[in-house]
Amino acid sequence: MQFMSAITRDEVAHLARLSRLALHEDELDQLAAQLDVIISAVAKVQEVAKGDIPPTSHALPLTNVYRPDESRPGLSPDQALAGAPAVEDGRFRVPQILGEEE
Amino acid sequence: MNNDLIRLSAAELGAAIRAGQTSAVEATRAYLDRIAAVDGDVNAFLHVDDEVALEQARAVDARIAAGEETGPLAGVPVAHKDVFTTKDMPTTAASKILEGWRPPYDATVTERLRDAGLVILGKTNMDEFAMGSSTENSAYGPTRNPWDLDRIPGGSSGGSSAAVAAFEAPLATGTDTGGSIRQPAAVCGLVGAKPTYGGSSRYGLIAFASSLDTPGPFARNVLDAALLHEAFSGHDPRDSTSIDAPVPPVVEAARRADVAGLRIGIVREFSGEGYQAGVLQRFNEAVELLESMGAKVVEVSCPSFTTALPAYYLIAPSECSSNLARFDAMRYGLRVGDDGTRSAEEVMSLTRAEGFGPEVKRRIILGTYALSSGYYDAYYGSAQQVRTLIKRDFDAAFEHVDVLVSPTTPTTAFPLGERTDDPMAMYLADLCTIPTNLAGNAALSVPCGLAPEDGLPVGLQIMAPALADDRTYRVGAAVEAALRDAWGGELLAKNAYAV
Repeated sequence: MQFMSAITRDEVAHLARLSRLALHEDELDQLAAQLDVIISAVAKVQEVAKGDIPPTSHALPLTNVYRPDESRPGLSPDQALAGAPAVEDGRFRVPQILGEEE
Repeated sequence: MNNDLIRLSAAELGAAIRAGQTSAVEATRAYLDRIAAVDGDVNAFLHVDDEVALEQARAVDARIAAGEETGPLAGVPVAHKDVFTTKDMPTTAASKILEGWRPPYDATVTERLRDAGLVILGKTNMDEFAMGSSTENSAYGPTRNPWDLDRIPGGSSGGSSAAVAAFEAPLATGTDTGGSIRQPAAVCGLVGAKPTYGGSSRYGLIAFASSLDTPGPFARNVLDAALLHEAFSGHDPRDSTSIDAPVPPVVEAARRADVAGLRIGIVREFSGEGYQAGVLQRFNEAVELLESMGAKVVEVSCPSFTTALPAYYLIAPSECSSNLARFDAMRYGLRVGDDGTRSAEEVMSLTRAEGFGPEVKRRIILGTYALSSGYYDAYYGSAQQVRTLIKRDFDAAFEHVDVLVSPTTPTTAFPLGERTDDPMAMYLADLCTIPTNLAGNAALSVPCGLAPEDGLPVGLQIMAPALADDRTYRVGAAVEAALRDAWGGELLAKNAYAV
């Protein structure tokens, strides 16, 4: 039987685009090989997971709680902008988000 | 350099400060001198600011002088993992993407350290975003193990473990997502605890895997760890998964230190192939010791634990791929390639590719894969079912025993560079610690000797049900006391950087 790889280089490139990671060609090669090994190993979960077992997403049986809706002090604009890569007129300056035609 | 101060336990130092025999400033100076002398070798700290530390110490001394009711650790220095936000020091999570970032607020753990009068010496090195088991994934160079500078100090909280082992701090904070406190504590010969999930606050902790991340303490002995645990734990309304219950009586348990009549289960699955002979030897001796002190020891089987590692390496990367989406180059942190021609999306992709290291990228891609439609049920869904099985194994075991024990790690500290090109080999370092994270219960690692073949520390892991953290301290303190008699002193005194 021919060895089927769990993940291809093209899939890694697609996942990198979805994850907003501009990876280099050599990174894609290396990651495809490593992820193939990792995914083959972690696929072991499928052997024990059976249909009637409920999933656990969280260790504690907690339900969400809300605090009273009261106003309280937050960050000042200067504090909020202090770590920003670029600031203009008291706001975050960001690269172009919409296309020219919009 | 004042080695007499440095040699004191945190409890003793706190008592000496309260009694006026020394001061927070003197203690802080002693540790700052120590850091200046040895951190060039160890690289435990990413950031130390003498003046900021001394300023905190002066404030604590003033509080004590004014007669303020201070806790047992007032004036005691602490090394703080660089994953907790601090408004007076940079916070980077050892990533280039946050280089030089100064958060506008303190984490709850940070705030509680300050309230308890602890003096934050600086921020410790770690695997980038807490992803790793060796601290080699730091963007700022690896930390070295004080027992052998050519070996790893564990990870991800390796800067914290190395700092305490090299006597650069009496206490340190860490976070444990899959073993990131217990494993570095074990390989550095320290006590490290993972509190019950939700027992310590995640507010202001830079998130890796939110359903698993748990802040916890490092110390040279069990009582000091319990005091630090108590100082920063407890309910926090700013963390939606914080438990609204009192902190388990960990300090009382550490002082009690007896195991007579306690039922202790040995996890059968954590033994055999892949385990270093000297690790198993010291573990077995510790179990015999517990039995000789009156504990009732039985073997317990937890068959799902063998699938915990695969489940973890689906769940943790999935949560990480979502959590790390916040690093978008827009509001804080690094921005690369913003030359006026590129779109926000291009700048985001370039920044993340440049700002994240290889392990972080690997986990983001793996998590994105596991959450993709078409693969979700097979990978993430199955992993969540395994999580249920692991909880059931713990529940069944705790019907018959009070605590479970195992080696903390399969091997002692491995050489730097040995596993950096083999992610799966690196992941195996967390084999025994992961089930506790997936189930959300409490565990602690306490030193149980040096492996005969390499002379490096071995850790005994003690696991207890959720909110029964005190049991882990009780057993840990009993083992510590018995072994201290057997060794004729502190195990840590045998390391090259002992004072």
